[in-house]
Formats: sequence, C-alpha cells, structure tokens
Amino acid sequence: MSQTTAPFHTPADLAEALRLLAAHPEAVPVAGGTDLMVAVNYRLTRPAAMLDLTRLAELREWTDEGDAIRIGSGVPYARITAELATVLPGLAAAARTVGSPQIRNRGTLGGNLATASPAGDGHPPLLATGADIEIASARGTRTVPVEAFFTGPKRSVLQPGELITAVTVPKAAGPQQFLKVGTRNAMVIAVCSLAVALDLDARRLGTGIGSAGPTPLTAPDANLIELPWGRTGLFNDALAEEFGRRVAAAARPIDDVRGTAAYRRHALAVCAARALRRVWTAAHGGSGR
Amino acid sequence: MPEPAANTFAPPQTPTPPTRAAGGVGTPRPGGVGSSPTRPDAEAKVNGAFDYASDLEFPGMLWGHTLRSPHPRARIRAIDPAAALAMPGVAAVLTAADVPGKRHYGLIEADQPVLALDEVNYQGEPVAIIAADTLDLARLAAAAVAVDYEVLEPRCDPEAAVEAGDYFRYQPVRLGDPDAQQPAAVVTREYVVGMQDQAPLGPESGIAVPALDGGVELYVATQWVHADLEQLAPCLGLEPDRVHMAIAGIGGAFGAREDLSVQVHMAMLALATGRAVKMMYDRAESFVGHVHRHPARMRYEHAADADGRLLYVKARIVLDGGAYASTTEAVVGNAASLAVGPYEVEHVTVDAWGARTNNPPCGAMRGFGGVQTCFAYESQMDALAEALGLDPLEFRRRNAVAQGSKLITGQVVDAYDPGRADRGRPFSPLADMLGRVKDIPVPAVPVGRDIVDLPGGTGNTTHGEGVRRGVGYGVGLKNVCYSEGFDDYSTASVRLELVDGATVAYLHTAAAEVGQGHWSLQAQIARTELGVDRVELLPNDTKAGSAGSSSASRQSYMTGGAVKAACEAVRELWRDRDLADGPIEATRVFRHRATKPMDPVTGQGESHVQLALCVHRATVDVDVELGLVKVVDLTCVQDVGKIMNPVALEGQIHGGSAQGLGLAVMEEMITRDGRVMNASFTDYLIPTILDMPRMRLRIVENADPEAPYGLRGAGEPPTLSSTPAIVAAIRDATGLPLNQIPVRPEHLTAHFGRQP
Ligand SMILES: Cc1cc2nc3c(=O)[nH]c(=O)nc-3n(C[C@H](O)[C@H](O)[C@H](O)COP(=O)(O)OP(=O)(O)OC[C@H]3O[C@@H](n4cnc5c(N)ncnc54)[C@H](O)[C@@H]3O)c2cc1C
Repeated sequence: MSQTTAPFHTPADLAEALRLLAAHPEAVPVAGGTDLMVAVNYRLTRPAAMLDLTRLAELREWTDEGDAIRIGSGVPYARITAELATVLPGLAAAARTVGSPQIRNRGTLGGNLATASPAGDGHPPLLATGADIEIASARGTRTVPVEAFFTGPKRSVLQPGELITAVTVPKAAGPQQFLKVGTRNAMVIAVCSLAVALDLDARRLGTGIGSAGPTPLTAPDANLIELPWGRTGLFNDALAEEFGRRVAAAARPIDDVRGTAAYRRHALAVCAARALRRVWTAAHGGSGR
Repeated sequence: MPEPAANTFAPPQTPTPPTRAAGGVGTPRPGGVGSSPTRPDAEAKVNGAFDYASDLEFPGMLWGHTLRSPHPRARIRAIDPAAALAMPGVAAVLTAADVPGKRHYGLIEADQPVLALDEVNYQGEPVAIIAADTLDLARLAAAAVAVDYEVLEPRCDPEAAVEAGDYFRYQPVRLGDPDAQQPAAVVTREYVVGMQDQAPLGPESGIAVPALDGGVELYVATQWVHADLEQLAPCLGLEPDRVHMAIAGIGGAFGAREDLSVQVHMAMLALATGRAVKMMYDRAESFVGHVHRHPARMRYEHAADADGRLLYVKARIVLDGGAYASTTEAVVGNAASLAVGPYEVEHVTVDAWGARTNNPPCGAMRGFGGVQTCFAYESQMDALAEALGLDPLEFRRRNAVAQGSKLITGQVVDAYDPGRADRGRPFSPLADMLGRVKDIPVPAVPVGRDIVDLPGGTGNTTHGEGVRRGVGYGVGLKNVCYSEGFDDYSTASVRLELVDGATVAYLHTAAAEVGQGHWSLQAQIARTELGVDRVELLPNDTKAGSAGSSSASRQSYMTGGAVKAACEAVRELWRDRDLADGPIEATRVFRHRATKPMDPVTGQGESHVQLALCVHRATVDVDVELGLVKVVDLTCVQDVGKIMNPVALEGQIHGGSAQGLGLAVMEEMITRDGRVMNASFTDYLIPTILDMPRMRLRIVENADPEAPYGLRGAGEPPTLSSTPAIVAAIRDATGLPLNQIPVRPEHLTAHFGRQP
C-alpha cells in the first residue's frame, strides 16, 4: 500500500498517449504537475495511474499559422513570456504573473485549462482574444471556442479519455493588457484579473475576467462600448469609466478569504478603466500606459 | 542511529596551535566576536544537503499521523478504531485511554490534553494517533477511525469570554490618577490585530526510537529541548532519565516550536509498537498543529498637555488565547507591562486579558505580546502628535525614556552607562536614535518604472496610475530574556583538547539553532575567549544541561553568557596546566539578574531583565484606487549593545522587519466560527522578495553593563516597530485612519463605495 505503486505511463508520442488513455481511462494526465502534484501531496486525489505528457514533442511546440498562433498545450509559461510577447502580448503578460520562476518553467496552459479554476491566469487573455481549444481523443479531434470551454468552478467540457492538445490564439491586431490584482506583489492567486484586447482591424474590443465568478467570464456588454475608432481626440475618461462599470457589472464575484465581492467589483472597474486607457493610448501613439 | 553530525567550522588559516592560554577579551581573533565567519550550516543549507528533522529516516520505521477534530467544539461520545486497526499495515491506533502517564501537558499550565479526553475545544485538536507502514496508509487509517461527536456551539468572541470571566490571565497596571488630569489633547481609538502565524518553512517533524533502557530517544525540531522533556516524561509515565532527546535540524521556529507538537505522540507510538516512528506534518496540518500570535482588540486613550508631554494613557487590551493556556499568561504580562512603549507617563490605567475561546490556541511568536500593543501605542503617538500639531518624531523625543526613567511598572531604566549624560540630562538612547533616523534623508526612491517596482508588481495593475507616496515612523520596546521572576538560565560545557597536535575546543550546549546563527556565535565566543581557531560543536541534546529556549531574543545573552563563562573557567585552568597533560574541561550555568512578578493589582514590579529599542521609518507607495501597497524603503535604527556578528545581526533585522511587514499588509490566519479558512501558503501570504525593500540600517551600540559583551537581544525588536511604521506610511499616503492590521486592499478602497 505504498504511494509509489500506481502505474506511471510514459508515452513517447501523442498517438500512443491517446491509445494508452483509451485503454486506461483511470490514468490521470500530468504535464507540469504544478496543480496535480499539490493535490496528490495533500491526498486530495489518489490517482490510480498517471500518464506523463512531458515527452510528447507535439505538445511542447508552438507554430505560426498566419493570423493565429497555435500553442501546444505543454508549452510552459516561461516560453510563452519569452517567445510570444510580441504576437500575443496579453497572454504573455498573464504568463508572467503565474507563480514563481520555478512554476513558470513547469506549468502549462493545458494544465491551467484542464484545472479550469476561475482564478487561472491563462484564461482571461484567451477569452479576450477568442481563442480555440483543441481537444483530442482516440476517437478524433474537436475544437471548442474558449467561451464554451468552462462549465463551472473547476469544471470544463473535457471528457475522460480526452487531452487538450493545443490552443489557437489570434495574433494581436492592436494593444492588449492583462492586469492581475493580488494582495502580494508576486506569487499570488488573483483576487481578480482582467484581460483587454483591442482589435484595430476589426474595430472590436475583447475582455476576459478572472477570479470574479464561478468560471472565467467575458463582459459582452462592455465589449460593445462605442469607441471613437480612428478619431484620437475623442477618447475621454468618461468612456474609460463607463467601460469599467460595464466590466464590473459583468462580474459575479463572491466574498472569500482572498477578498470581498464588493472589492472585486471595485477593483475590476478600476482595472478596466486603466486597461482601456492604456490600450487606446498605445494604439494612438501614446506612451503605452 | 540518526546522530546529528557535529558541526565543525575551521577558518582557513590555522596558525601554530598554542598550548598555553593566549586568548582573552580584547584579543581580536579571526572568526571571533565581532566578525562574520561562514556559518557551519551555511553550505549544507544552500546546497540542499542539510538534514532537517523532516529528512530523518530510521531503518524499519513506521509513520505516525494525527487524527484531528474537524469541529471547534464538540463532545466525544465514542471513538471506534476497529476499521482502522483492521487495515493491513496499521500497527497502532491510540487514544486518550492509551496515554501511559499524565493526560495533560503545557508550558506554564498543564491544560492541553495529550489526546482529547471527552471533548474537543478547537478545530484541529488531536483526537487519536496512528502508526502505519507508510504515511499515506496512516492517513487513510485516520480517516477510518470512527469518532462520534456531539457538535456544540463554539465560543469564539474573546470579549464575551472576558465578560464571562473566562480568561487565562487578567493583568492590570495602575499608576497615578489619569482621571484627575487636565489634558490639552486626547485621542481615543480602537485597534484590531489579526492572528499572525509563524509560518516556519520546516513543518513539525521528528523521529522517536524505543531505547534499550526501556525509555525512548527523540530527534525533533524544537526550540527548547529540556522544556519538551519536562512535559513529555510525565505523560509517557517515564522517569526523565529514560527520555533521551536531541535537537534535529530546524527549519525556522519564531515561537511555533515552543509548545509540544509531534513529541508525545510519536513517543507514545514508538513505545506502543516497539518500533521507530516518524511524524511529519504537512503544510495544512502545520497551520493547526502549532500555536499562533494572539489576535488583539485594544481600546486606547492617550492624553497630553500643551507642551507635548504625555499626561496619561488608558488601555484596555483583550488578547485571544484560544482554547488552551500555552504561554498566554506570559504574553499578557508583556502586553500589560509594555503597553505604552518606551515613553514616560505618570498616570496609567491598563487592563489586559488573555481570553479563553474555541479559537486556535495562541502562544509564542516573535515579539511575544509586544507586537500588538506596539501597533496601538505607536498609532496613538502619531494621532496625538497630529492633534497637538507636533512632528511625530519630536513628540516621541519629548516623551522618550532615558537612563533613570521609570516604566509604567515602576521598573527603572538602568541599562546604559550611568555616567553618560546628554547636555546635562540623563542619556536617552531613544532620543538619540530618533535623532539619527531623522538625520538619514528619506530616500529618493523614484516611483517605479518597471512594474516590479510598483504596487501590484508583475500584476501590471499600475504604471503609476493612482500611486501616492507616504512616510511613517514606528518605535518598539521589547523585553529580552524571561521576565516576571522566572528562573532563566543556560548551561554550557567546554572541553579543550589536543587532537593530532591541534588545539580544539569542543562546545556542548542544548541551545537550538533555529536559523539565527547561534552555532556561529558560540564558536566566535570560544575563539575570542580561548584564543583557539578550531571549535567544534557537539550535538545539542539533553546530555547537556538546559540552555533555555531559543526565544525572547535571549540566546546570545544566555547561552552566549554560559559559553563565555565556561571558556573563562577553562582559560583560568589552562594558565597552570599544559594541554599535553590532558584535556581541560569546565561547565558553567549562567543566570541573568533576578526579576519580580508584576503585582496582581497594580502591575508594579521590576519584571524585566533587559530592554531593547528599535526605530523604523517606512516609505511606501500605495495605489490608492486599488488599495495595493509597495514598501519601497525601510530605514531602521536599532540598539544592539554590541555587534557580535554583523551578518547574522543584519539578517535578524531584515527578517524581523519582514515579519512585521507581513503583519502590516498581508499575514492573517482567518477564522470563521473557530474554523481556520486559509491553512495553506496559497492563502496565508508571507512577503516575497518583491514585497520586501532593501533596508538601510544604522546599528547603535549602547552597551548594557549587565550583559555579556554589553549585548542586547536583537531578534525581536524589529518585528515590533516595522508594523506601525508601515501602517503610518500608508495612512500618510491615503489619509485613512487604518486601525486594523493587516491592512487589506478593501480597507483602503471601502470609501469609494460610500461616495455618492
Ligand atoms: C506555487 C504555485 C503557484 C501558482 N501560481 C499560479 C498563478 O499565479 N496563476 C495560475 O493560474 N496558476 C497558478 N498555479 C497553478 C498551476 O501552476 C497552473 O494552473 C498551471 O497552469 C498548471 O499546469 P501544469 O502543466 O503544471 O498542470 P498539471 O498539474 O500537470 O495538471 C493539472 C490538471 O490538468 C490535467 N492536464 C494537464 N495537461 C493536460 C492536457 N494536455 N490535457 C488534459 N488534461 C491535462 C491534469 O490531469 C490535471 O488534472 C500555481 C501553482 C503553484 C504550485
């Protein structure tokens, strides 16, 4: 009855991984292990078997698909920050806020999505940009838009036997921002977070809210705020504040040990106003604030 | 046998060994007093090779685990271990009925059940212990023990407990007649201090091994191994000489290792099974497996005359002791006697209680009763200075204690060179320190340009938006060593010997190296006193006499004093003897001057041994719209009497200040109806390197004529004063009153919601 006898499958490629998973549905996939092993160490879960994803080269690469970047689910945060900051600035900024250097070296976007915590920092920028999640099993592959991925706190559409293989994120077509509020200046789970993406080509605004609802959320009403596209001078603080109010209204926060619902709403309004001012100024030749 | 290795340190250059006494105070020595030799444990700790208590293993050992109450208050109707015992690999399940000796233990009052008898009084109280082949199995077995609880309503309000007369100690202080005064200004405020945790990184851990003499050997991370033994032996029903204890590698303590944790439990399991048993808490269990800093509710009234002199102080202090006594009694004594800080005031009413509730038990933590009141009285000093239109430093200077001043307990401040005067007035070290901190310009730290230098850090919440700067001061007064008549002593043995032609000094004490650098300090003293270079430290165990606790900032003073005395004795003998004729040995017990208990009605009495002062100035940037704080500078002036080891001392000041910063802005064990809500490092936040600024230190050496080398205990004072300094700086930046710590973002932004 020791803790080390559970089988540890080590597939060499994705096809083998999917076969093994179909044959051993009890096997729990492990990527960086930064969520799973915490649960294992606390005995919150006792996996009957594990399936190691770290050897699957297919999951550890990102590719340029023209107007989007396809990020393998096993690419660690440290690489997203180092390699994708220009094309995916919102996601790279979010990746920079995750945990500590050790966690960013191991932790992956795939693990973040599969855990589906409302506080997962990877989620808001994916919502703000309308990313797609690619899911594979022995039966085939399906693609789920990120808005449809989360179904509840720590719940998603992911089925047993399925692996997240990649996330396809549209390349930035304008400035993006990610702001994460925490009670400590580093290494902190978000009290709330916000991603904003300005798409200058499509003249569209995207938002993603973290840690302020049962799942990560978008703010559709805020996205529709009327912006003076192309007319630099007409942007003003009232617009930024209205955007803040709409983002706060989209949140569904609760009181918990990390913060109160009232604080989360307030902080989201402040963050949203700041984010919109920053992206707008950046797009129109400002300081990038 | 997992014998902890002797800790050796030999400086690189070893001159020809003297065989005749050559040392003595005043002979500077490489690696001696005043230098910073590399710590004996440094390399192993840095490269990961150091054996912490949790790393120990013993062939054939079992794993122990504790079943704890999920309820803050319940009656136990029955415990049925049958299902657990039936699991293959489970060696023992023990309950209160199996305790071989006394059923209770405690540091001051033996009221903590070894295992719950017929009731539990806090969430996490040990109910049964299990030994099994693996830790996982022990946990599964614990889950299989059926406990029938009758859940009762917990009593969680300390004020209500005090009303009901349910407290561990009430200590008043009465001086003069506050009500007869005619003040020019009065400020009255209430203050709240949250429950801080010591959060040592090493979890509670140790191994118990049945001994051949029918007793038991324990290797455990502890702050005071002899106090452990004294509590343990009666519970095990063993004579004290059958319990053999050694201190295993300690991963931080800060007071959390003063009370027993794994000790009795693993010893009971080892004796019951006849096998070695290891116990190691995980992080969640550690948070409920040790005592915490007392949360406090305080009401203070400060009054001054038109000249800016304190006229009177009234204070009502309620500390929550939680379910069992631990050291609450002594903490209340400190809170009461230090209730106004290092200021002269002739009319005082203090009422301090340590309430008994069903909250987690509270006891020792760095600062020990001095921290809570320091936040209150320093906040009051600022508020009163403002009411008087005085500069906060000037107001403090006018009221600062000096040589010959009396504390509110009537204790005379006599800790400085009596001949030293300051422009005809008695020397006031505090006035001097306040002058020094004023002379250091507030640093021109630019408002950060990189997000890591701004409030919110990598969270990218501000690029300068909403950021305001504030500056604040804090002063703390801490007693060093044990107070109120406690017989506080330490023992050291020194053996000087020729080993293969080299002169080696062996030191043997039971003092715990909790990370503060005490091993180095002992070796430094031996080098200075004996004039030898090679010093070896024998394992810290109960074969040596008691060294007292590594707490109360006392180990340099006490065990340092004992090592010094034993070295002096050896040096004396060495004058007339040649080492070639055989080793020279001496054992000495060192005591500080006697103290007296506080009078139960007036609080009067010379209750403290030594007083230590620290002054902080904090500079903070606050994002006033989001309520996020970045401390950008901490400047500190501390009086340490004598700098024994510069690097270790700076480490203590940095660490103490960081712990005070934690209490100011983030560290709190949150309880709801007696239940701990954040028993993890995910939600119990301690400062990271991005939260803690670089510090500017000015270290003052006003020697204490009573203390070895004139030193003053240095570990605790910075923990007191950094908290109020930081909160004062946040008040300065925001204009908010802020009477509660930790200051949370919602405290700083709540006013936005109230605006129309
Ligand atoms: C100290 C610390 C700090 C942290 N800080 C943050 C933070 O600031 N922000 C934040 O968002 N998170 C944080 N986390 C949580 C964690 O690091 C992230 O959620 C990370 O993204 C998890 O990725 P992983 O590769 O380590 O996942 P793993 O732990 O390997 O897996 C997590 C879950 O996902 C499943 N899984 C993994 N990969 C796949 C896949 N490709 N397909 C299907 N299922 C999969 C696993 O079975 C498991 O259930 C922190 C964790 C720690 C320990």
